[in-house]
Parts: sequence; C-alpha cells; structure tokens
Amino acid sequence: MPSTPSSPTTSSTEQDRFAQYAHPERLVSTEWLAGQLEDGRVGVAGGIALLESDEDVLLYDTGHIPGALKLDWHQDLNDQVTRDYVDGEQFAHVMSKRGIERDTTIVVYGDKNNWWAAYALWVISLFGHEDVRLLDGGRAKWVAEGRPMTREVPEPEHTAYPVVDRDDSRIRAFKDDVLAHLGGPLVDVRSPGEFSGELLHMPDYPQEGAMRGGHIPGAKSVPWGRAANEDGTFKSREELEAIYEQEQGLDPRHPTIAYCRIGERSSHTWFVLSQLLGFDDVRNYDGSWTEWGNSVRVPVER
Amino acid sequence: MPETVTPLPDALEEIARDFADLPPPERLQLLLEFSEGLPDLPEAYASHPDRFEQVHECQSPLFLAVDVDDQPADDPGARRVHLFFQAPQEAPTTRGFAGILQEGLDGLTVEEVLAVPDDAPYRFSLGEAVSPLRLRGMVGMLSRIKRQTVLKSQA
Repeated sequence: MPSTPSSPTTSSTEQDRFAQYAHPERLVSTEWLAGQLEDGRVGVAGGIALLESDEDVLLYDTGHIPGALKLDWHQDLNDQVTRDYVDGEQFAHVMSKRGIERDTTIVVYGDKNNWWAAYALWVISLFGHEDVRLLDGGRAKWVAEGRPMTREVPEPEHTAYPVVDRDDSRIRAFKDDVLAHLGGPLVDVRSPGEFSGELLHMPDYPQEGAMRGGHIPGAKSVPWGRAANEDGTFKSREELEAIYEQEQGLDPRHPTIAYCRIGERSSHTWFVLSQLLGFDDVRNYDGSWTEWGNSVRVPVER
Repeated sequence: MPETVTPLPDALEEIARDFADLPPPERLQLLLEFSEGLPDLPEAYASHPDRFEQVHECQSPLFLAVDVDDQPADDPGARRVHLFFQAPQEAPTTRGFAGILQEGLDGLTVEEVLAVPDDAPYRFSLGEAVSPLRLRGMVGMLSRIKRQTVLKSQA
C-alpha cells in the first residue's frame, strides 16, 4: 500500500471527506481529476494514467473522460485460456501499451458504482503497483456533473513496464484457502436471492451456471451496493462501520474473505473493507460462487 | 461437426458477413453503430411498460416486446413479426445486440423467425471482440423473441 501519496489538491471539503478513511490516498474526487485535466496532467508522459473499466465493453467507445484509455476486465485482465488473471508478462504488456510505468499514478473509474473499476484496481494490486486510485463516484458522477467527455482515443507512447510476478498470497483467496478459513469471517456480497439460493430455482432464468445454490457456511450477507451512495460515491466511514462492524459484527483485526459470483462485486467490498475501513487482512475469493457452487462435496448453507 | 449448418435469414446473414469482413477492433465500432441505430419506441409502446418482457440474461436491463400481425388469418406462419426493444444508453453492447436482431429479424414471418438457429448470436464474429460470456445476453434475447413469437401467433 502506498505510504507517501502525492497530496491531491482538492478543495478542503473533499479532502476532509476522504481523510476519514483508512487510506484516503486511494480515492480522488471528480473535482480533483478535472483540475488535473485542466493542468494537462492526464494521459501524458510522466502524468496520471486514467483508465476506464466498465461492465459494458462498448461504453468507453460511446464517450469517455478526455485522456482515458479502456481497460477491459475480460480481455485485458483475464487469461484467455486458463481461468486466471494475466501473468506478469501479459500485465506488463497491458500497462506498457497504455504508457504506464511502475511509478505512474493510475486512476481507475467505471460504470455501475465503480464495480468493475474496483475489480481492475484489485487485479492491478495483485501486481503490487503502488499508486492506483479510484475516482469516487465513477463515470456516472462525472457525467452527472456535466464534465467533458470525448470519443477521441489517446495513443500514448509505449513504455517498458517491468515484468513483475503476480502475488496471490496477500489479497487473493483460492478455494482451499476458503476451506481452511471456514468458521472465520466471510462476506457474501451477492443479492439476497443468490445468497439464499432461490435464484437457481427460478424456471427459465439460467443463472451463471452453478449446480448448487446457497452460500458458504457462516457467510454474512452484505450486498456490495450497500457501500455506495445514490451518486455512486462511497458512504462515509461511519456509515460503513455501522454496516460491516456494528450490524454484521465483522472485526477489522480478523482475517476476512469476500466473495460473489466471479469475484468482481467482491472486489468492491474488498476495497471498502481494506482501503476505507482499514481491515488488516482482507482477501477476495475470485473463484466465488461459480467455483464453490459447482464443486463436489464442499459445504453449502441455505 | 454437424453435417449441415442451419442458414440465417438473409438480413441476418448479411450482418454476419459485414462483421466477419472487419478486423476485430472495427467490429466493436460496427456494434456501436447498431447500438446507436436502435430505433426509439413508438408512442404506443413507450407508454406501456407492461407490454415488455425483461431479458434477465443481459447484464444490463433490456426489455423487449414482440408483435405479430393478425393477417393472414388462415396462415399464422405467414404473419409478420415486429420487434421492439428498450435499453439504456449506458448499455451500448446490449443495445448493439438488440440492434442486430431488430435489423435482422423485424418484418420476417413467424415461420422465418422460428427457424432462426439458436446459435445465431455466435455467428457475428463477436466472441473475440466482446467475449463469449457477453454473447449470452444475445442468446437470451433470441430465445425470448422466439417464445413470444410462438405465443403471439397462437393468440
């Protein structure tokens, strides 16, 4: 985690707002980004790399924040053969093509309350890229504020991003890790219907291919969207603590694992727990229900 | 390998060829054009959300309605099918899929629509450009169109 972030030149109110979080340097405001854009610091060599990561692969092409480049979760961050993330070499390629260096400040934003942006940030964090931040409120807030959009696609000069080994040990959990963790705190961030298992039984609505419905034993149900305000920004620290700590009884000192269906929604919750609330040890189980609900003889609770 | 491949209706086949002729990055641009070309709803539908069915397979909200002419009365299979879609501007991929089906199927007869092969969504060379996972949304749209066509042509 970055220890000495450059201090964003935000207005005092926004600075105050982020200061409440455990890692305020992980968030930037739309206002701050607009200022950086005006100063010509976005998408230029030595400046800030701005990446848009959406659920919809075409949304970037309909218009994006000036200087932003597309980062597609499926095509850029997933290996196309094995169910896994890209390796160090592929990741270096993805970053180099976007003109990013190891010490570049990356700002990620996207649709759906930054759902996929948080996923991208989590994958980028697997490679230990130190300075990667989310645009609070994401694409929707930027658009709602009437800020500039463009269809112009930047063509950055390629860099030589180093090949770094992916570190799956700190913030990623595999099925065996979850089995060993049973009895410990788990957060299921899917919808209530997915949690209870009833969605699998609705006729004619093929869900994402799980053989069994339900949840991992002992998991708390906290749909991921509860962490966001109407405008897509994160709720205040106090409100988040009320949900995760007081209501659900999660403890920042206890190792905690979050999961959903394929690990994207739970990246958002991983961000909330580890970066905003300062939980010491949070891992995202990206195999999630599409692995657990298809596995033979793993315990399922309904 | 199947010995014969069920052909697509002419209009869909033409769209499939247009996509196949483009290099993958430009296929996305063509999909964007379909997204932008998706017609607005006629007034009769815009004010009647109850006439729409939601396609749950799509990652973004998409609603579709199918209308079937009531003529010729003695030959339901020859009646014309009309398609209406509603999807938000923030869901261009979903809109693009709808646009392809709208342009390729609207105005065909009941028989022709029901003969469209279920794997049609995989014939637009879009797997590489948008990922096969996302194509499931179009599979869902097509199966609902066919089911509604059956229901509406029996009415």
